[in-house]
Amino acid sequence: MDFFNKIPVMDRTALRELKKGIDSSFKEFSRAYGDGIEGFFDPLLHFLIWLEKLLVSSPWPIVIGVFGLLAWIGSRSIKLVIGTIVCFLVIGYFGMWKNCMATVAIISVSTLVCIVVGIPIGVLMSKSDRAEKTILPVLDMMQTIPSFVYLIPIIMLLGIGKVPGLLAVCIYALPPVVRLTNLGIREVDKETLEASEAFGATPMQKLKSVQIPLSLPTIFAGVNQTIMMALAMVVIASMIGVKGLGVPILQAISNQYLALGMMNGLAIVALAIIFDRVTQQYGQRIQKHRGQKK
Amino acid sequence: MSKIEINNVYKIFGKNPKSVLPMVKDGATKEDILDQTGHTVGLDNVSLKIEEGETFVCMGLSGSGKSTLIRHLNRLIDPTDGDILIEGTNVMSLNKESLIDFRRHKMSMVFQRFGLFPHKTVIQNVGYGLEMQGKSEEERNKTSMEKIEAVGLTGFENQYPNQLSGGMQQRVGLARALATDTDIMLMDEAFSALDPLIRSDMQKQLMDLQAELKKTIVFITHDLDESLRLGDHIGILNAGKLVQVGTPVDIVMNPADEYVEAFVKDVNRAKVIKAKVIMTPVNEANGIDKSNMIKIEEDQFIEEFLPQIVCTNSNCEVVDKQGNTKGYISNKELQSSLLKS
Ligand SMILES: Nc1ncnc2c1ncn2[C@@H]1O[C@H](COP(=O)(O)OP(=O)(O)OP(=O)(O)O)[C@@H](O)[C@H]1O
Ligand SMILES: [Mg+2]
Repeated sequence: MDFFNKIPVMDRTALRELKKGIDSSFKEFSRAYGDGIEGFFDPLLHFLIWLEKLLVSSPWPIVIGVFGLLAWIGSRSIKLVIGTIVCFLVIGYFGMWKNCMATVAIISVSTLVCIVVGIPIGVLMSKSDRAEKTILPVLDMMQTIPSFVYLIPIIMLLGIGKVPGLLAVCIYALPPVVRLTNLGIREVDKETLEASEAFGATPMQKLKSVQIPLSLPTIFAGVNQTIMMALAMVVIASMIGVKGLGVPILQAISNQYLALGMMNGLAIVALAIIFDRVTQQYGQRIQKHRGQKK
Repeated sequence: MSKIEINNVYKIFGKNPKSVLPMVKDGATKEDILDQTGHTVGLDNVSLKIEEGETFVCMGLSGSGKSTLIRHLNRLIDPTDGDILIEGTNVMSLNKESLIDFRRHKMSMVFQRFGLFPHKTVIQNVGYGLEMQGKSEEERNKTSMEKIEAVGLTGFENQYPNQLSGGMQQRVGLARALATDTDIMLMDEAFSALDPLIRSDMQKQLMDLQAELKKTIVFITHDLDESLRLGDHIGILNAGKLVQVGTPVDIVMNPADEYVEAFVKDVNRAKVIKAKVIMTPVNEANGIDKSNMIKIEEDQFIEEFLPQIVCTNSNCEVVDKQGNTKGYISNKELQSSLLKS
């Protein structure tokens, strides 16, 4: 009867040995390859540092002007442009300019990385059912596994700093672009595709001239989601050495500075709203004429 | 050598078509197969020859496999079994590159639901086939404009498909297929979304084009009048089986089974039947009243000379192009040909 009252447990020492084994082999792996992997991310690091410097050291009126212009290009809405400018002025006025620029820099770079990596993966998934079946669970895992868990190996491998932070943000923010690229391409009308094939398009031509353009609005929804998720990771990323609005929030938590925490938190919210509205409006705009009839 | 030859083609849709093939070959019906295996029979042992320069019309009820058949010709669909030869080449044997080349230069297609690119303007849509052929933009636009004019859409070239009506979209599809100037044209219900006036205008244009360029056209339609007007031969599909192939007169005069009969029963026979088909040949004609005769040519349709006969209450003398008498038509022949058999 004992069997039913107590769940079978692995032998204590064996379990400890198992964990130890995994840890030490990963440590060995990181000792052997850590530098190499770090080197691999070097260009990305330089780009991130360069962008951050550019944003911080350029005269603030120019930076705000550029943001306003980008908002205009994206949304064609004067209200949004004014909103954007006011938000950044307020953020600056309350002394959060530097941190805010650092956050904008890391969000931009990680979004870029997610697009460059995510869209090809999404395309691959849309082309092969088998790829879709293998990649989907990985995406599920990336989205649900607590971020602290994958922070451990990243820190073991790369230490503390900007690159591991960037990596952590990307892991969390990548899935939406991949998912929605896959979905968008799979949703393209079958007869439209047949038409392209019937006139002798190669698979690459079909992708470039029909599938990608027609799924662009959906892909864009994915990019929007990715930006939002990257922003959500700002605080966690600052735990492992990424500068930005997350740093004062961490300080505020440990020292119980209510006002500091609120202000920086609201700055993140403001950024999120600006990014979201601008990209959404842009997504809707590219949908207008090209929109598929359902 | 026929331009297009289809030999014993079977197409079964479903998870494991090969496993169902023997059943289909043993003659199980489409319903049985669907009931017992969940597979849909698209084509069932279809064999067919289409000669160069002819218009072959394919007819059949909805779901009878017309679109499936036409998609086999450019291999948008691969057959479960059987061969498809175009100009003697087995299209199943083509590798990827040759298939692409073949689609670019040999065939163009008009789609039942248009298949237009919603993100491209009319002129870009029409030029798509040319783009695939690698033509320069300038050349593309020149040819596209000609074809856009031919289908009566001048002025709309910079609009997007969803700004056009259904009939206009269909004409864009038509212009796109015409633009590549291929030998073979596949037209899946190419005129079905057009209003009657434009439709008969398009039919006329197609026949003129055909008289001049002698393309090989495979045309699908639901409309018997259209098929009789356009087709040199007509093939009738029923539940994936080709039940009859013949000239328009064959189909109307000698339907192979009740299915075909049902198709042709409401046809205006006077539009289809030519004088030479119903005349009593000279050597068999005796005792005909020759006092009140009008002369007609052997290739005239009944429709064309019927009013004359009725108005003058006369008989007909049928002559060939040289004016030689070939036979006679009296009231008796007219009645029996126009009444349903
Ligand atoms: N991709 C597919 N998967 C499964 N079944 C299919 C597929 N395409 C066609 N079918 C089946 O094959 C049969 C023939 O379809 P097809 O589209 O050729 O008909 P059709 O004669 O063109 O009809 P319509 O006049 O309505 O266009 C139908 O029973 C249909 O359900
Ligand atoms: Mg069809």
